[in-house]
Amino acid sequence: MAEHTIKAFDEEIDKLRGLIAEMGGRAEAAIEHAMLALQRHDKTLAAQVVADDKRIDAIEAEVEKLVVEIIALRAPMANDLRDVIAALKIVSVVERIGDYAKNIAKRVPSIATNKRTLEPISLLPSMGQVAGEMVHDALNAFAARDADLALAVIERDAVVDDFYDSVFRTLVTYMVENPKTISECAHLLFIAKNIERIGDHATNVAEMVYYAATGLTLPDRERGGEQPLED
Amino acid sequence: MHEPQTLVPATETKMTARDVKVFYGDKQAIKGVSIDVDMDNVTAFIGPSGCGKSTFLRTLNRMNDTVASARVEGAITLDGEDIYASSMDVVQLRARVGMVFQKPNPFPKSIYENIAYGPRIHGLAAGKADLDVIVEKSLRRAGLWDEVKDRLHDSGTALSGGQQQRLCIGRAIAVEPEVILMDEPCSALDPIATAKIEELIHELRGRYAIVIVTHNMQQAARVSQRTAFFHLGELVEYGVTSDIFTNPQQERTKDYITGRYG
Repeated sequence: MAEHTIKAFDEEIDKLRGLIAEMGGRAEAAIEHAMLALQRHDKTLAAQVVADDKRIDAIEAEVEKLVVEIIALRAPMANDLRDVIAALKIVSVVERIGDYAKNIAKRVPSIATNKRTLEPISLLPSMGQVAGEMVHDALNAFAARDADLALAVIERDAVVDDFYDSVFRTLVTYMVENPKTISECAHLLFIAKNIERIGDHATNVAEMVYYAATGLTLPDRERGGEQPLED
Repeated sequence: MHEPQTLVPATETKMTARDVKVFYGDKQAIKGVSIDVDMDNVTAFIGPSGCGKSTFLRTLNRMNDTVASARVEGAITLDGEDIYASSMDVVQLRARVGMVFQKPNPFPKSIYENIAYGPRIHGLAAGKADLDVIVEKSLRRAGLWDEVKDRLHDSGTALSGGQQQRLCIGRAIAVEPEVILMDEPCSALDPIATAKIEELIHELRGRYAIVIVTHNMQQAARVSQRTAFFHLGELVEYGVTSDIFTNPQQERTKDYITGRYG
């Protein structure tokens, strides 16, 4: 894209995009590490995920400040305006994604990975991976202003939802058969729900990216994806 | 999806231009512009210097007739009537299609006389009492009455820049125009005076068809419901203002309004 006549405006936009890329990378890593901590029952890694979330929150605040400045001082128009508004909305969603990853990490100490929880845990890493990829692709789509990639992310949300339904049934069945595991399985259920919500939020990011890239809002579909099962 | 947001329903077309070309000697300044001007919507013309927006504006009341080398081709109508027809009385046309210029240019006469002059020469007033009514009504519509009612016989040129510009708008209004053309009416004014003119434009909308040329894109965004982007003598894009400023369809429009050139 051609440069602005006012170079400082380009620098601010670049800074904004850089911050969002960093934030997305950190959220993606938080999901990956939280899932790894869960599988390995690694409390140190889990604690690291919780601590790292502070930087994600800090980036959100930084982006909000920068966006207000850009709007006040540059009066952005057209695609610039859409980019800046999308950035503002995206950071609040990515901050939530970071919170879900943090919440998963916080549950790790309560879940002992042993023989009795091996089976219900088995689906979660794949589910977490799909959700993590959605976050990754949604933010890549923002960086590349790629509406097609954003659409692909939105479509993939159904995969996460299917995973959730499957995990939900597995866990309920497991709990009925092994009442002693109910406490751990309840945590796993919340973890599955957190991942499902991460998928929804990645979908929200993708919707904003689509708007920023094309100026069009997507035709009627339930915002944030359909809620699988009871919420 | 993608509904225009500020469409005023059932608009009435006041003026039309079809394939309008303007030449200054050998140089072609306008390259085939077609556009409709609505009665109910303020239309803004934007574009970089030299894009032809002012030249095109001036074709709408034949101001280019005063430039010896200018030649206008194509068709422009006012209420369906060809304004370049030989039967058209140009003085009458300019009363119907009034104009406000960049620099306030009140006559070096009293405030009262600035307003009364037009109605008097166009025979719109039967006598002094009639004229008094017209002067008050015009100054009220121009949002100037309260500021000048006690000094109507002071010189118009003694007013502040913003007041002078509103006086010029009042002067245009006094002859009961149907269309008001404004060529950068605020470029010589401070922000407060500018805001008053913009508010005035908002109040006059609907009563007169209004076309405004402006270099200030924020102003176009604030006062208009339709925006036309001109570049190198062409009309590049014409649409609902909120669409033009959030999602322009042409690359050149986008580059211009986002400050990428021009």
